[in-house]
Amino acid sequence: MIVSDISLRIPRGETLVLLGRSGSGKTTLLKLINGMLLPPKGVVLVQNCATTEWNPIRLRRGIGYVIQEAGLFPHFTVAENVALVPTLENWDAPRTAARVQEMLHLVGLDPRDFAHRLPRELSGGQRQRVGVARALASDPPILLMDEPFGALDPVTRAELQREFSALVRRLGKTIVFVTHDLREALLLASRIVLLQAGRIVASATPQEFLRLDHAEVRAFTSSLSVSPGAFV
Amino acid sequence: MSPWTFILDHRGEILSATLDHFTLVVIAMAIAILIGVPLGMFIVQRPTLRTIALGIASIFQTIPSLALFGFLIPIPFIGGIGKRTAIVALVLYALLPILRNTYVGLTGIDPAVLESAEAMGMTRSQILFRVRLPLALAVILAGIRTATIITIGVATIAAAIGAGGLGTFIFRGVALVSDALILAGAIPAALLALIADFLLGFLERRLRIS
Repeated sequence: MIVSDISLRIPRGETLVLLGRSGSGKTTLLKLINGMLLPPKGVVLVQNCATTEWNPIRLRRGIGYVIQEAGLFPHFTVAENVALVPTLENWDAPRTAARVQEMLHLVGLDPRDFAHRLPRELSGGQRQRVGVARALASDPPILLMDEPFGALDPVTRAELQREFSALVRRLGKTIVFVTHDLREALLLASRIVLLQAGRIVASATPQEFLRLDHAEVRAFTSSLSVSPGAFV
Repeated sequence: MSPWTFILDHRGEILSATLDHFTLVVIAMAIAILIGVPLGMFIVQRPTLRTIALGIASIFQTIPSLALFGFLIPIPFIGGIGKRTAIVALVLYALLPILRNTYVGLTGIDPAVLESAEAMGMTRSQILFRVRLPLALAVILAGIRTATIITIGVATIAAAIGAGGLGTFIFRGVALVSDALILAGAIPAALLALIADFLLGFLERRLRIS
């Protein structure tokens, strides 16, 4: 059993950060939400319907997904990548094109410069921006992100984290964000859920989180290179 | 007589044998592709069938070509003397590289790409036709290229069972101990292989994404 005894409610509009070490079950929880994994016991409800009852394709089209290295299609241009879900949903061409433009502007890429490039012609940070644009293209109410900024250099990562946290506040999506980086969790989360060996060991707002008296919390706070007080 | 004068004197015959040879290869390759690529797509998600299909295709490759032609002659419908038997044997030979490269191409795709395809709500067939196949195309084509070159070579042996082609000159040359005759078959066969290799290699590089 990778995760057990998990009971979690994610209210609409929340940015929930799943924090934990590698192998703590963060990604498993994420994949339970969009039905890439189905719970052998218990139930996962998305919009009041169990993931086992959902048509998996319909469920996933309503949930944006961003992963490390973005997972862009290497044979699609940036525009085609962003247009993926609208195309699958048979949007007409003008509406799709307009949406692609809007999304690229949203993530800070000029469509005139980037729309026709292939992913291999982008930097890591730009690829991740396209990944976010693709996930948001069909305006899904829910966004799942699995260490999306994990493979970036520290400077680019900080830049994307800042921009993304501003974007999140503006869009009001329900976001579940997986990371092992406490700094990132503190910056983005409205609530941090700490996982250890497949169980939830803490659930708190960023402010409360740093004051929690738990060994795993302390293990994470001591990983910060500056005093934790700086974030409170 | 020097081989060159011989080849020049018999250029009409050699040209028509080359054409025969080419036709044999094209027909065999077309059938092998029509079987190998769909079969490769089919076995991607089926491990048991994959082991069996790749196993059988490998066994055909290990049978010496002359023996394979011989084995096929007594078989009803597909056997006998002539082009049809030759084509069956050539298809069996060409199958393995096509089948294996189709499978390898379809499964060797960046897992992050497949994970996001699934997570974005693509159906299994959408993932196959819009993601896996286009990304596997260069690898599949590399298999087709290998198979084509093998087939051009093996097809010379098809002359032994009366299928015609450039092998006719080679077998006659061996029997008469005539270098000129052997070269009249071998040189056009080698040229065919080189040209096929170049053209398919060019196509393959054009299709390679990264």
